Order: sequence, then structure tokens, then C-alpha cells
Amino acid sequence: MARRVAIVGTGQTYHKSHRLDVNGREMINEAVTRALEDCELTIADIDAIVIGNMDHFEAINYVDTWSVEGSGGYMKPIMKITTGGTTGASVAIAAHYHVACGLFDRVLAIGWEKNSESDTTAAIITCSDPIWDRFSYSGAIPSLATEASAYMEQYGATQEDAAHVAVRDRTHALNNPYAQMYGRPVSVEDVMASSMLAYPIKLLDVCPRTDGACAVVFAAEGVAEKLASKPAWVHANSVRHAATWFGDVDYDSGMLSLQRASAEAYDKAGIRSPADDFDVAELYLPYSYAGLKWIEVLGFCGPGEGPRFVRDGHTDMTGKIPVNPSGGVISTNCIGATALLRVAEAAVQIMGKGDKRQVPEVKKALATGFGGCWWSDVVILGSERPD
Amino acid sequence: MAADTDKTELLTVSSGGQAMPYEWSIGLYGSRFFQEIKEHKRFLGIRCPKCGLVRVPPRRICGPCFQKLEELVPLSDTGTITAFSIVSYPFIDPDTGVQRPIPYTYGYIRMDGADNIFSHLINETDVEKIKVGMKVRAVFKAPEEMCGNIQDIRYFEIIR
Ligand SMILES: [Zn+2]
Repeated sequence: MARRVAIVGTGQTYHKSHRLDVNGREMINEAVTRALEDCELTIADIDAIVIGNMDHFEAINYVDTWSVEGSGGYMKPIMKITTGGTTGASVAIAAHYHVACGLFDRVLAIGWEKNSESDTTAAIITCSDPIWDRFSYSGAIPSLATEASAYMEQYGATQEDAAHVAVRDRTHALNNPYAQMYGRPVSVEDVMASSMLAYPIKLLDVCPRTDGACAVVFAAEGVAEKLASKPAWVHANSVRHAATWFGDVDYDSGMLSLQRASAEAYDKAGIRSPADDFDVAELYLPYSYAGLKWIEVLGFCGPGEGPRFVRDGHTDMTGKIPVNPSGGVISTNCIGATALLRVAEAAVQIMGKGDKRQVPEVKKALATGFGGCWWSDVVILGSERPD
Repeated sequence: MAADTDKTELLTVSSGGQAMPYEWSIGLYGSRFFQEIKEHKRFLGIRCPKCGLVRVPPRRICGPCFQKLEELVPLSDTGTITAFSIVSYPFIDPDTGVQRPIPYTYGYIRMDGADNIFSHLINETDVEKIKVGMKVRAVFKAPEEMCGNIQDIRYFEIIR
């Protein structure tokens, strides 16, 4: 029987496009220090570390060892995990496994990226199959654009519908001083007038490139209650991978990995009506159109109803299920940290530490991670210790 | 003595522009695919005996069924656009180390007789002239110029 596990502390950097004042290790250390402070622990209290970032982004292969002075991993067990876009959620889920299995009581999960150190698109292209896909592939944007164009064809959704998602997330980011896009509001007109990157995706429809790090402390039942007045309990995790090649994905039938991962997690956590049962969601929406289609896949609304659901304000801060109070991925994308930020922000909401971005009385929160060839991680947190 | 950002120029170190070459194995079925292109100017798929789906390029295993595949299925050189995107931002091609020519159209094509999608280029960059559902045909290099890789297919052109 797995032990119950809770998040007791979170920390993140103030995210920027370029952090030339710190190297990667030093940037990681800022997030770790804040996470330890958040739960009043010292590094000596940490039993193990799980760390992750994107392959090829900084061209540093042995990040576990390379980062040791920043992570606090000196003479500790460290595991490096890298699963592309989902890395941050995978790091969180692996930290949960470490504690749930009974071998470690307090485990630190770290995600980080210094996007400024390479050509992000070139680095992402290296995730595609070198024989069949790499020649025509041009990074995340066109592969998402193909999904968007198929979705628009299927349901008649428009570029304006997607712009509303971008505006929602960027408006929420105005409440989050950590967000890269903090203090930079945009309107639907701004999104529509921004330059076309890859039809139908425009500059303000997509995530920025970010230097940043996030750290989260997981603790076992019996320990967690002493470290946090309101621990964020892990109610469920789920991971699903789908296809080797982009061409094997069925773009018309929704996102299968997210469907399956969320179905399993909902079942474990007793979620029957997601839009009613969750008080908040921190979703890995790397581009605006995902905020239409993927909320349908997650069951917030029916197929083709995403545009209406968003325009009716159901995902705003005062709506029935506020989405991305942090500003989401469209406002901050330090990729290896991005999915961990979703988990951390969901925990922040449960713990009531969201300050201006806090949704009132959050009892259940959903976090997701997304990876390039359409794979998904889902994490459900709750204020109550699970049975 | 203290360091502060007002009095210190923040430096970076460049790796230089060098590339590191790799040599990837295509495998038997993939190699056969390129031979079929060269000899017959047609695509080659493979059928799964369990789910019945025909997929291209041919591979040894059906992922969802975890089933060994053996029935190669000759296809034609035509298909249908299922999705596309016109790439108009600059980026470095990690295989060459230089900027890839833009704009270009990245297309998902359902080859006639196949159940999945093949990703490649489409030689139409005017968004007014391309639509999901259009029929396309593969344009190949001359056989003597073929190298046994994905660029033996130059692009797909819209059949008008
Ligand atoms: Zn099969």
C-alpha cells in the first residue's frame, strides 16, 4: 500500500527571457532556496532529489551532477528525469513515487530551463525522429498549428476564439509577479494583429522563451502535517504516452493521451464532473488553441464547446473553473520547469498562498503536463488527506 | 570585494557553430521504403494483422497492439491533406546548423490506402490556395540523385 504524500513547499524564480546574472546552477538555487523557506526546512532535511530539464537545450547532459551545488544534492541520492514538455510533471510524479513507496520522507523536485542558451526551435526539432520527421519538422509551433487547423475545420472555431484564451492567460499573469509577462496586458485586437508565425498561430498565441526554475518539496503522511498548515495532498497522478511519429496521432479524435490520463486520474480521485469538482486548474496550454480543444478533452465541456465555454467566462478568475491563475504557459515557459510550475501553482492554490492570484477556498486542483509527440501527465491535488 | 550588476558586464560563452554528425540506422523496412520510392515511385505501407490499420512509413511493430508486422502494402504517390501549417519564422536547422529556408508549408498527408498520416512539405505557401482535404501528389528527385533518405521526396504538390 502506497503512503499518502503531500506538497509542503514550493519555490520559483522571477521568470525572465534572459537571466545573464546567473548560470543554470545558480538559477536552480534560487528556486530551491525559496521552496525550503516556504516549508521552513534546510537542505539537510531533504532525503533525495529529482531534477529535470529539456534534452539538448543547454547541451549539458549530466545535469544531476552538474547542478549539485545549486540543487543542494551534494552527497544525496539524485535522479535526473527528462520527458520533454512533461519533464516538470514527471519530476513531480517521480518525487511522489519516491515518498509514496516509503523509502524517503522528504523529497525535492526541481525543474529548470535556460531557454536563452540555445535556439529553442532547433533544440525542439532534435526531439523528432531523425529519419522520417526531422527534415520537415520545424519545432513546436507548426505541429501545434496543424492541430489547430484540423480543430478549426472540425468545429468552425476561429482565430478570435483562440485569442480569447491568450488574453485570459495574459490577464491572469497581471496578478502573478513571478510571470515573465507580468505587467504586460494584451487585448484580443493585439493578439489578432500580432505577426503570423505559422498559420493559424500568431506571436501572441504562443508561449514565450523563458529562463527560470521551480522547486517543490514532497513529504510523507505524518511528516507533511507538521511542515505545512495546509498541505496539498496528492490525490492522483497519471502518465500516458502515445506515438513515435507525429503522423500516427489522430488529430480529429481529441488528444488520446490526455483523455486516457485524465480518465484514470479522475477515477482515482473520484472526479465525476471536472468543471464542478475542481476549484481551479493549472493547465499546460502551450498555445491558445489548446485552451479550446484540450478543455474539451479534459471534460470541462463537450466537443466543440470550448470556444463558447471560454467566451462565457467560465475559465476566468470568477468563473466556475478558473484556468491558469498564474498566467499559464503563454505567460512563462522555462520548459523543463513549466509542468512543475503547473503542479506548484496548483499546490499554491490549495495552500492558500496565491496572494493576488488566489482563487477563494480551493479544495481540489488539477495540473497537467504536455509533451511534443502528444503525451500527457495529469496531477490532482486536494486539501483533504485522501482515504 | 563585492560584485554588482551595475559595474560588471554580464558575459556569455559561445559554443561556436560546429555540428556533431550522427549515422542513424533506418532498419530493413525503412530501407525497403526508400528502395520502393527509387524503383517504383510509390509509397510503401505495412498492415497490422491485429488492428488492420495500414501505416506509412513501414515499421516492424504496431505500437498500440505491440504486434510484429510483416505484410508490406504498396501504395501510390497520392494522398489528401489532413492538416498543414505555413512556417514563416526563422530558425536554425539542427541537422545542418544553418537557417532553414522560409516560408515553407509543413503538411500532414493521408496517403491513399493508408490509415495514418505522413508528414512532409507541400509546395504551396499561399494560405488562400491551400485547404485541408485537397488532393496532393508526391514529387520525387530524379532516381540518379536519390540518396535513400526522406529528401528523395522533394515535396507534395496540390492536384488542381
Ligand atoms: Zn495494430
